[in-house]
Amino acid sequence: MTRMLERSAALSAAVARPAQEIPLSLTHAAAHPPRRRSRWPARLDLLQSASGLFLALFLVAHMFFVSSILISQEAFYTVARFFEGAYFLATPQPWIVSCVVGGVLAVFVLHAWLALRKFPASFRQYKAFAEHRTRLRHDDTGLWWLQLWTGFALFFLAGIHLYGMLVHPEMIGPYESADRVWTGSMWPLYLLLLFAAEIHGSIGLYRLALKWDWLPGRNPDAARRRLRLLKTAFSLFFIGLGLVSLLAYGRLGIAHAERAGERYVPGGDGRLATTLAGGAGVMPAHVPGRQGD
Amino acid sequence: MSTDTPRQLTLRILRSSPGEGIAPHWQDFHVEEAEGMTLFIALNEIRDTLDPSLQFDFVCRAGICGSCGMLIDGRPGLACRSLTRDFGPLITLAPLPVFALIGDLSVDTGSWMRGTAERLETWIHSRAEADLMAVEAPMAPELAEAIYELDRCIECGCCVAGCGTLRMREDFVGAVGLNKIARFRLDPRDERSDEDYYELIGDDNGVFGCMSLLGCHDVCPKGLPLQTQIAFLRRRMVAVGLK
Repeated sequence: MTRMLERSAALSAAVARPAQEIPLSLTHAAAHPPRRRSRWPARLDLLQSASGLFLALFLVAHMFFVSSILISQEAFYTVARFFEGAYFLATPQPWIVSCVVGGVLAVFVLHAWLALRKFPASFRQYKAFAEHRTRLRHDDTGLWWLQLWTGFALFFLAGIHLYGMLVHPEMIGPYESADRVWTGSMWPLYLLLLFAAEIHGSIGLYRLALKWDWLPGRNPDAARRRLRLLKTAFSLFFIGLGLVSLLAYGRLGIAHAERAGERYVPGGDGRLATTLAGGAGVMPAHVPGRQGD
Repeated sequence: MSTDTPRQLTLRILRSSPGEGIAPHWQDFHVEEAEGMTLFIALNEIRDTLDPSLQFDFVCRAGICGSCGMLIDGRPGLACRSLTRDFGPLITLAPLPVFALIGDLSVDTGSWMRGTAERLETWIHSRAEADLMAVEAPMAPELAEAIYELDRCIECGCCVAGCGTLRMREDFVGAVGLNKIARFRLDPRDERSDEDYYELIGDDNGVFGCMSLLGCHDVCPKGLPLQTQIAFLRRRMVAVGLK
């Protein structure tokens, strides 16, 4: 039903045109389109979701790997060497980490490029959305705004981090990472990156579920409410885990500041391991030698 | 009402009249709240007793015609379905954005809806010769119910005004259009395939432009399942895109 207007004089000629003029049946314009519409919008839409899902899952895994420092320095050392293939190859191969980082960086750039399509393309669009958000006071509209700004921040924050890991894959270890955090003054960047990535990722996963209707249960509204709680819990858990991990790296970095640049050798200095990270100093059964050590 | 003394309401209305060159400005009207009062009743009281020049639209007064859509405290809603007791003593009213402004709270949703209908060809497409004397083909009750569920859209424009994507990109088709496509896709009398629908909504101004903000779903006064319908259409259109 279209709106009836009391002041017909105010109507344009187009509005005043009787509805009977619309061809209501036997129209085959869509059945015989003049040319086939591109399939790329569908592919790009799917790619944006798939790349976002991949990055969110990577983020989860990454947080668990990084937080292994909370178990012990040896645990983090073991995880770092594992990704260099130290337990499969004769010696650790940091280039494997570079390859993984390169792959993640490629997906990251792809996702950013695809997400750019949704950004406001002009100040007019930006202003229109900002005013709309302020006036509507709608949770999910506000979440998208948050995702927009955290995504914008990630262009720089995640880009710097990924580039560092790409070119210096061998500099991942208890002392190496701690020195980077404290002596290398990267902790402010990691702090911002932590909040931006976890907030962006949790909202992204929430929106993915809505976008493709992956809601469990028969009542979509109830499922959406549960999903929102899950999203908040996801953010809080990983931000908390990240903060505690960053604190551990910071404390280790402060204690190791005078010997910054020194590489970590398992069992080489049990003093720092036991006093700072609370580690038991348990050595792996086989500790592969470091390349170049 | 729980109190003996009725509340004094202030309705702050964004007034304007582009045709008469009156620029937008806020004007306050004071009315005494009555039992079960809706915004529609309050607006009529203002027009009857305070200012006969106040422009707003209504027909059915029962949430069926979709004429009285407006921004109520910033959110799209129907004046006839909004009880004043659900709001504070100061209620702001503004015309729906996106649509052409006629004056005060009156906007031209008709032209926009008609344009959407023509763009998306929201009518039955059939090659069969219509036989007006024939008995209508039977339809399973469940299917008829499902079609009716989506056909409950009254084109009030609330979903359009609640859509952040549409505020940025005016060519975006909006939930009202996507809901109509979902409705005709269900209808066995419509012979169009998903490939045909892809030609209508298979781009960033169509279903792929939706950012799942769900403002449409949350402000729809008829409670239409827009969230699940748009997601369903997206999956179907992606399936076409991957063929």
